[in-house]
Amino acid sequence: MHELSIAQSLLAIIREEMQKHGSPRLISVKVRHGRLSAIVPDALAMSFEALTMDTALAGARLDTEEIPLVLACRACGTKFSPESSDYVFAPCPACGEELGHTVVSGKELYIEYLELDEAQGT
Amino acid sequence: MQIPVVRNILEANARVSDDLKTLFAQKGILALNLMSSPGAGKTTLLERTLTDLASEFSMAVIEGDLQTDNDAQRVAATGAQAVQINTEGGCHLTSAQVLAACKELSLDGLDILFIENVGNLVCPAEFDVGEDHKITLLSVTEGDDKPEKYPLMFNISSALVLNKTDLLPYVDFSLERASNFARGLNADIRIFPVSCRAREGLDAWYDWLRAARAAKKR
Ligand SMILES: Nc1nc2c(ncn2[C@@H]2O[C@H](COP(=O)(O)OP(=O)(O)O)[C@@H](O)[C@H]2O)c(=O)[nH]1
Ligand SMILES: [Mg+2]
Ligand SMILES: [Zn+2]
Repeated sequence: MHELSIAQSLLAIIREEMQKHGSPRLISVKVRHGRLSAIVPDALAMSFEALTMDTALAGARLDTEEIPLVLACRACGTKFSPESSDYVFAPCPACGEELGHTVVSGKELYIEYLELDEAQGT
Repeated sequence: MQIPVVRNILEANARVSDDLKTLFAQKGILALNLMSSPGAGKTTLLERTLTDLASEFSMAVIEGDLQTDNDAQRVAATGAQAVQINTEGGCHLTSAQVLAACKELSLDGLDILFIENVGNLVCPAEFDVGEDHKITLLSVTEGDDKPEKYPLMFNISSALVLNKTDLLPYVDFSLERASNFARGLNADIRIFPVSCRAREGLDAWYDWLRAARAAKKR
């Protein structure tokens, strides 16, 4: 359950960005997570909700989107995205090599954008 | 108004981890992050290593495993410096906790710093703690498909220690299957089958430590 500490880090960044942009209200935040990063979206949503309850961020929407796993074949360099859950022994579609592919994407964990209310007054 | 941010959510941890890397580089310390499920044998491997290499290296341990609260005492009994981190139920060590623990150690002249992470194969993989290498332990009682189930952990580790080989006759575990799974997403991972209990296979692990130590120049 590292979603709780991930939600804490997420909120720290959100608060910083809101201050920077002088916005009083967060409408939504978009998080992208790689398939290998073992984020359970529901657990992250629960943590996010628990940590924002009764704060200025209460009611903000958390959107998550998984980034597919992309491997590069170590034998021929072909990039491919294994279909099945058996991605450890995913054979290269071009040459059949099974072992030692490098991970091109799928380890990410980042905020893509925030949707903020315009600053009031000023 | 939509604001593109594109910030790594774990950037705060990564920043302190980079500070630790700089600190360890300045002091010429080899830092190793040990990760496994609870009970795989991290503390036992440390006890063996600290004892057997005591005359070669000055070593210290940051103990983040709270499964048994006497882990720090167990490693301190070998004569090495040891600091226990209270993770307060956390499922992984953070770089800030390791930085705080470093302040309680005397780092001058230290050759190797071992960081024993919380027993967990998922969460520690996301949190760098300034280490030069991640090392994953897997015991043969756990099932040889663990690397397949936790690919990130094995993907980012430099070495895999397969412990408790003395129990191989009693369990359904194939060293070859486990090794192949581990190499599936990490062609370069070094694999060391050992029995900390029977003291078998440790020499290859020690040789790897010596080489890693030598590669980290003062
Ligand atoms: N049979 C056997 N038991 C071991 C071996 N290494 C460790 N153990 C036992 O496994 C248990 C957990 O070990 P420990 O080092 O505390 O695991 P940790 O939680 O990863 O630090 C202890 O009872 C150890 O004595 C081994 O090589 N063979
Ligand atoms: Mg332990
Ligand atoms: Zn190929």
